Amino acid sequence: MIILKQKPFEELLRELEGETNVFLAGCADCATTCKVGGEEEIDALEKKLTEHGKTVTGKHIFDTACLAGSVRDGVKQHKEAIEAADSILVMACGTGVQSIGDQLEDKQVHPGAESLFVGEVARLGKYAEKCTLCNDCVLELTDGICPVTRCSKGLVNGPCGGYSEEGKCEVDPDKDCAWVLIYKRLQKRGHLHKMKEIRPPHGYSSHHHPRSYQWEKRRPPKKEPAAP
Amino acid sequence: MSQLRETLDAGQFAVTGEIGPPKGTNVEPVLHEAETFLKGNVVAVNVTDIQTAVMRTGSMAMCRLLVERGIEPVFQMVCRDRNRLALQSDALSAAVLGIENVLALTGDHVVMGDHPDAKPVYDLDSVGLLQALSRLESGTDMGLDMKGNPNELDGAPKFFRGCVVTPGADPLEPQVIKLEKKVEAGAQFVQTQAVYDPAAFEQFMKKIEHLKIPILVGIVVLKSAGMAKYMNRSVPGVQVPDGIIQQMAETAKEDRKKVSAQIAGRLVREMKPMCQGAHLMTLGWDDLVPDIITNAGLKP
Repeated sequence: MIILKQKPFEELLRELEGETNVFLAGCADCATTCKVGGEEEIDALEKKLTEHGKTVTGKHIFDTACLAGSVRDGVKQHKEAIEAADSILVMACGTGVQSIGDQLEDKQVHPGAESLFVGEVARLGKYAEKCTLCNDCVLELTDGICPVTRCSKGLVNGPCGGYSEEGKCEVDPDKDCAWVLIYKRLQKRGHLHKMKEIRPPHGYSSHHHPRSYQWEKRRPPKKEPAAP
Repeated sequence: MSQLRETLDAGQFAVTGEIGPPKGTNVEPVLHEAETFLKGNVVAVNVTDIQTAVMRTGSMAMCRLLVERGIEPVFQMVCRDRNRLALQSDALSAAVLGIENVLALTGDHVVMGDHPDAKPVYDLDSVGLLQALSRLESGTDMGLDMKGNPNELDGAPKFFRGCVVTPGADPLEPQVIKLEKKVEAGAQFVQTQAVYDPAAFEQFMKKIEHLKIPILVGIVVLKSAGMAKYMNRSVPGVQVPDGIIQQMAETAKEDRKKVSAQIAGRLVREMKPMCQGAHLMTLGWDDLVPDIITNAGLKP
């Protein structure tokens, strides 16, 4: 899940300065779960923008704003309302903003939310980052706790000296030291040998932006040459 | 040849000191202190590397200035600010400037310092940095050529590779495991985080007995009872016993330096039989070093 938070309303107004007509876009996926771009939030935003003299020409909650097909369908469905708008205010993640914007070359898109991280929803309103999508997974060696993400320094060979007796990180006493968590889990399971292995420096070669990934094309099997 | 290495190789108790570069270009005062109080009293002087993530003049330049004054430096390198290209390059640069002792550290996080918006790097961890230093000494770097072989260096450096450990960490075993890895990665000496409790230090030394590496116990001079209490509250793995706090609290302000040198000297004296050296961190009170050494019974 992409964890999001709505930008302050004043900032949205600044983004819309000089514009009157706006189309509102939400997303039924992460942005709805994070209460940033679901029906409830889009309706509330419409009301507030109207009070501030804006005209909402239309609104749409995309099924999944980062799914190009879903965006195409939604855009087609709301062609007129989008054309009538000066811009689209997108209450979704940065990928959603660009997914919509890239399909509407001549239409300004405004980002209405900050994209925070890929995270776990512990409960509504409480989110935690657990994976940084690094393409060099260490979870097998740590019995399922990611130090690249959950250690403040992303250390891969064990802790620094900065953990407290309570197992908290010196960078932020509210955060657990990932390596104390890992150590305790490995110890409990009799897996400490995993921690003793030197892990080579983390690889970043496949971490260079912008990343892309594409399935290999599946070519139809070659036909056997016909027997003479 | 590193005097620090020779001293430890000869089985002599090695005492090192430490200076912090200034925030700015005014390096003379700290160099003067090093020449006056550290030169001749300690075998080598650590130079901190952007300590506590507070921006300041670099460690390598200060190390070179010490070399020019006949003082052997220990070049501290943290992994916070440089990727593997810059770390290896700086290690080579240090070598050509006549710096042999290198201490590999993770480095305090940028949020602890005065540029909290900086991007922390940690491309390598301290184990990776020690491996990199070892590799450079063997004449190759961490990279690979087109055929997949390590890149050959035109001239290999010579280092005496150090690392750190926190003997008072709780739980301790993760520290011990990490230290084992550091030794495997090429560490040749250890300077510890501050220790104030000889009994606890003895326990720690038993836990790492199997590691045949010289340990220099870390001594941070106490400037006041308040500082001791602050460390107990905020510095993980450091515990100042109540007795020492009380001794500082009962000391008049003008006598603090004297008592501080007595406490530090006593700690070194008591822990000398357990380890191979002491690392004195005087936090600017460099003039205490001669007294600490005398109080420790290290001078005839």
